Amino acid sequence: MSEVRRRQPTKMVPAPSQGIIPERDLYSAPVLETRHLGIEFGGLKAVEDFNLIIGKTEIAGLIGPNGAGKTTVFNLLTKVYQPTMGTVLLNGRDTAGMNTVQANKLGIARTFQNIRLFGNMTVEDNVRIGLHNQVKYGMFTGIFRLPGYWKQEKAQHEKALELLSIFDMQDMAGYQAGSLPYGAQRRLEIVRALATNPSLLLLDEPAAGMNPHETEELMNNIIRIRDRFQIAIMLIEHDMNLVMGICEGICVLNYGRIIAKGTADEIQNNPVVIEAYLGKKKEG
Amino acid sequence: MVAFLRFLINGISLGSVYAIIALGYTMVYGIAKMLNFAHGDVIMVGAYIAFCAMAYLSLPPLVAVLLAMVVCTALGVVIEGLAYRPLRQAASLAVLITAIGVSYFLQNAALLIWGSNPKIFDSVFSVGTIRLFEGELTITSETILTIAANIVIMIALTLFTGQTKLGKAMRAVSEDKGAAELMGINVNRTISLTFAIGSALAAIAGVLLCSAYPTLMPTTGSMPGIKAFTAAVFGGIGSIPGAMIGGILLGVIEILGKAYISTELGDALVFAVLIIVLLFKPAGLLGKPVREKV
Repeated sequence: MSEVRRRQPTKMVPAPSQGIIPERDLYSAPVLETRHLGIEFGGLKAVEDFNLIIGKTEIAGLIGPNGAGKTTVFNLLTKVYQPTMGTVLLNGRDTAGMNTVQANKLGIARTFQNIRLFGNMTVEDNVRIGLHNQVKYGMFTGIFRLPGYWKQEKAQHEKALELLSIFDMQDMAGYQAGSLPYGAQRRLEIVRALATNPSLLLLDEPAAGMNPHETEELMNNIIRIRDRFQIAIMLIEHDMNLVMGICEGICVLNYGRIIAKGTADEIQNNPVVIEAYLGKKKEG
Repeated sequence: MVAFLRFLINGISLGSVYAIIALGYTMVYGIAKMLNFAHGDVIMVGAYIAFCAMAYLSLPPLVAVLLAMVVCTALGVVIEGLAYRPLRQAASLAVLITAIGVSYFLQNAALLIWGSNPKIFDSVFSVGTIRLFEGELTITSETILTIAANIVIMIALTLFTGQTKLGKAMRAVSEDKGAAELMGINVNRTISLTFAIGSALAAIAGVLLCSAYPTLMPTTGSMPGIKAFTAAVFGGIGSIPGAMIGGILLGVIEILGKAYISTELGDALVFAVLIIVLLFKPAGLLGKPVREKV
């Protein structure tokens, strides 16, 4: 059974909501496409033959038991690790040989499982680090405060506040990021990632440590962000209510391999997935 | 009383030089998390370049200083690119040893090029002296210039790191390289920029130092380098205002110690104070306490 699943061709990602989301045209212009992506750490295949396509405004979920290789996939996509096999196409461009910065400029941004904000900087400055590559003035303009500096600084300030307003955080702009409450830090990480102007946003366990009410809010926000910025979002999450609730396509990873792909319903009823999570049913 | 004032002013002046050098240590440490022990020798190179520009090429002092800054900036970037960048992932001890190697390399290269005879450095800015208290207290133009340069550099750097795009990128890299990279910040270029700024400041420090203490030798940079490093640790390594406070305090302690306690023990006193401060504040005066997560 599992063998059959593994041999699924690359473009088998079902598109159940094709009618609802007009831009989810996987075959002509996916935002992300991976082909036989894999990485070995000294002989250990952490991820193997990972094939996935994500449409332009799709919300995709990546789930799997602990240690399945989910974060490794994110690290491969963002070029923190260089794949030892296969390739990643981002907006149709091969990212082979690129580094993290180049992948970011090509339109990929992420948040982290353990929050990694710049804790000693203000909330606004964290967002403006994300805007870094959109600021065009050079060092001398910055040092001598030429007119270009003031103009751009003002524009950046407004842009940062606008991005913060997605989560109603504009009043916190002057606070030190490290002193924010946990939930706000998670939201700020998303804002900071959005500031880099991505076409694909990767969220690594965005609901970790949140209560059901906060998770509910997060789900609405993820959909809102997708609609407003018209971007694709891929998330790793253990909270099945969130994954099943908002992901249009779900990909299940176990021992570094994709064991199932499909919609929420398909995944929930897939015996291979149930086995991976709960173990094999005893015979008799 | 007048004598005390004179020592105090001299101390602040010497301390300002230490502070400018300490900035190079502290910025590089803050961002690359490494101790660049070759920094002191970059000062020496800067002083030699300025010396040669004035003595052999008869360039005006200001041009000579600018030339020294340009050469040192290039030198700093080259040192970082050739010696430290390949070791970015290596253990910090390997980088430390490399830095010591670079330090010896620079000293011996200077020995080869300029010889071991001390050069007498003409003061760059000798405009005259201010005399107070009927000539009992004299303040030289070098002293004033050194203190002024220190203040200007400090303000400029604070504004740069706090309010410009590249300065913010530097702070982001110093906090979390990985996250900064994922925000699209070129970490290697940011580290290069840090070395460039630190080395340009080293050139200024070299010229100021040799204007006050005019003997220039290939080993001229090493002792001030070590003291400035002490100043950076004293103020809290990684902190820009810490480097300033640490540098000035160190200079004042050194001069007052030499004047009132013992000329020979002046340096020992400096390091004794460092030990006492570190016993009570292990992160330095303005350093952030490091919290280990368990």
